Amino acid sequence: MASSPPRPIVSIKGLEKTYASGHRALKGVDLEVHAGEIFALLGPNGAGKTTLIGIVCGLVRATAGTVIADGHDIAQDYRAARAKIGLVPQELATDMFETVWHAVNFSRGLFGKPRDHAKVEEVLRALSLWDKRNAKIGALSGGMKRRVLIAKALSHEPSILFLDEPTAGVDVELRRDMWDMVRRLREQGVTIILTTHYIEEAEEMADRIGVIDQGEIILIEEKHALMEKLGRTRITIGLKEPLAAIPPMLADERLALAGDGRTLVLTLMGEGEGAQGAADLIKRLGAEGIDFTTIDTVKSSLEDIFVDLVGKRP
Amino acid sequence: MNLHAVRAIYAFELGRTLRTLFQSIASPVISTSLYFIVFGSAIGSRMQTIDGVSYGAFIVPGLIMLALLTESISNASFGIYLPRFTGTIYELLSAPVSAIEALMGYVGAAATKSVILGLIILGTARLFVPFEIVHPVWAAAFLVLISVSFSLFGFILGLWADGFEKLQVVPIMIITPLTFLGGTFYSVSMLPPAWRTVTLFNPIVYLVNGFRWSFYGQSDIAVGFSLSMIGVFMAVCLGIVVWIFRTGWRLRS
Ligand SMILES: Nc1ncnc2c1ncn2[C@@H]1O[C@H](COP(=O)(O)OP(=O)(O)OP(=O)(O)O)[C@@H](O)[C@H]1O
Ligand SMILES: [Mg+2]
Repeated sequence: MASSPPRPIVSIKGLEKTYASGHRALKGVDLEVHAGEIFALLGPNGAGKTTLIGIVCGLVRATAGTVIADGHDIAQDYRAARAKIGLVPQELATDMFETVWHAVNFSRGLFGKPRDHAKVEEVLRALSLWDKRNAKIGALSGGMKRRVLIAKALSHEPSILFLDEPTAGVDVELRRDMWDMVRRLREQGVTIILTTHYIEEAEEMADRIGVIDQGEIILIEEKHALMEKLGRTRITIGLKEPLAAIPPMLADERLALAGDGRTLVLTLMGEGEGAQGAADLIKRLGAEGIDFTTIDTVKSSLEDIFVDLVGKRP
Repeated sequence: MNLHAVRAIYAFELGRTLRTLFQSIASPVISTSLYFIVFGSAIGSRMQTIDGVSYGAFIVPGLIMLALLTESISNASFGIYLPRFTGTIYELLSAPVSAIEALMGYVGAAATKSVILGLIILGTARLFVPFEIVHPVWAAAFLVLISVSFSLFGFILGLWADGFEKLQVVPIMIITPLTFLGGTFYSVSMLPPAWRTVTLFNPIVYLVNGFRWSFYGQSDIAVGFSLSMIGVFMAVCLGIVVWIFRTGWRLRS
């Protein structure tokens, strides 16, 4: 798919943030987001995700470092940079007494775009908000309010969209809708950077994944490469008769005996070789005349990878 | 210049006023009417004229000023404090909007509202007492300048405040007393000399007198001086706002 080399659309170099409280929220972050991708930023609470997004979007001042968004330095050339960026913040902050229609048109104007009712209508329809256009935002449900925030962020047709935990507190159905919407946006060429606590979300959607912990990026990887590299498949085979030791014919460093010799556990690295590895083992067990009663295959999820990565750090 | 943004903010803020039209207009009109009934008609009928102007007419500029100052400050401060309080300020901060553009939108809307209110109170006053405006163009200029400078001041207040009490304290605890002591209901020349000197440190004296001069052609203080005081005040406020946006004080962490 990626035939031409990826074009960086957001380049972050040496980004530092120390809050007035003295807390060092970002410790020299370097990050490149590629044009047209969905980039998921994963990290535990307080890792610095919102701070990072805040700096790129102009809400937080960096202590040091540079950010280039779509070719424009966010400090020197803030107008051009910000005009390209849309932000859906983590906190639901809305004008309760405004109608959806007014609020979204206001956002478009604020970002320097001329009035265009057709465009705003298109955005509202895409988010299933058209029927609610004359409703006061305060009267909408939480999920609907979040859609309004997304509509506001999209009203000026940004090329980069930041979604800070877009599906926090959103029910399953709405979350699916949100994912669909994000994919549609990507098809239209919008680059999407999202943060999330739901690893299944990153697994489901992201092209690349960055993991941030205690203000440092500890990993940036293409999702499939990440799963390949760090994913594990564990095949557990329940034996009919206990074994004292692994027979020499089966000797394999990936194979272990557990449960009083009644269980064989094969741990395979990477995503691809799982099924093949299981089939091989079964064949060899048959050849050895070892009977078994159960076979269980468990693939580690991104969640396990993530817990592994962050958990190992001090 | 992001004129779309200026227009969006201006329209949004005026829209907020329109939603609360009744409170916005009714309460200042009612309180001003009460002043006219009490001071203008009831007490004023027993008062002698001041420099040839009937007492009722004499207090008109001061009363308009009182409403202008408190309304400009509270509208502008509320306009910017509310998004800070609710968190919707994130949108302004992430938008390609400069300090000057944000000011034009927020302060422009607050000042517009004050000017309209000033005109309504002027009309209301005319129902109670007859008067003529000697220098209408100057009166209009004072009206606009004062609305703008105190809306600017209110904007700063709205950025500085970290609670609703502070928003209310400044107009009530500072502006209202200064206006009352600033020659709204009397001529500074009526005071004993010592107090007259003290009064000259009250900046509102200059506003009230300048405005009154535009109505009746006479003033305790030279008009040029009044105008330059307003100019200085406006320049200081502007400087503070530009500094706030440049440093991100109270806006960006
Ligand atoms: N305005 C602030 N002043 C002082 N410290 C702050 C401020 N904002 C955030 N922090 C601190 O900086 C760190 C990073 O916060 P940040 O909000 O970026 O984390 P996060 O990764 O978004 O977390 P979450 O997943 O909970 O949203 C935290 O320790 C937080 O307490
Ligand atoms: Mg966060």
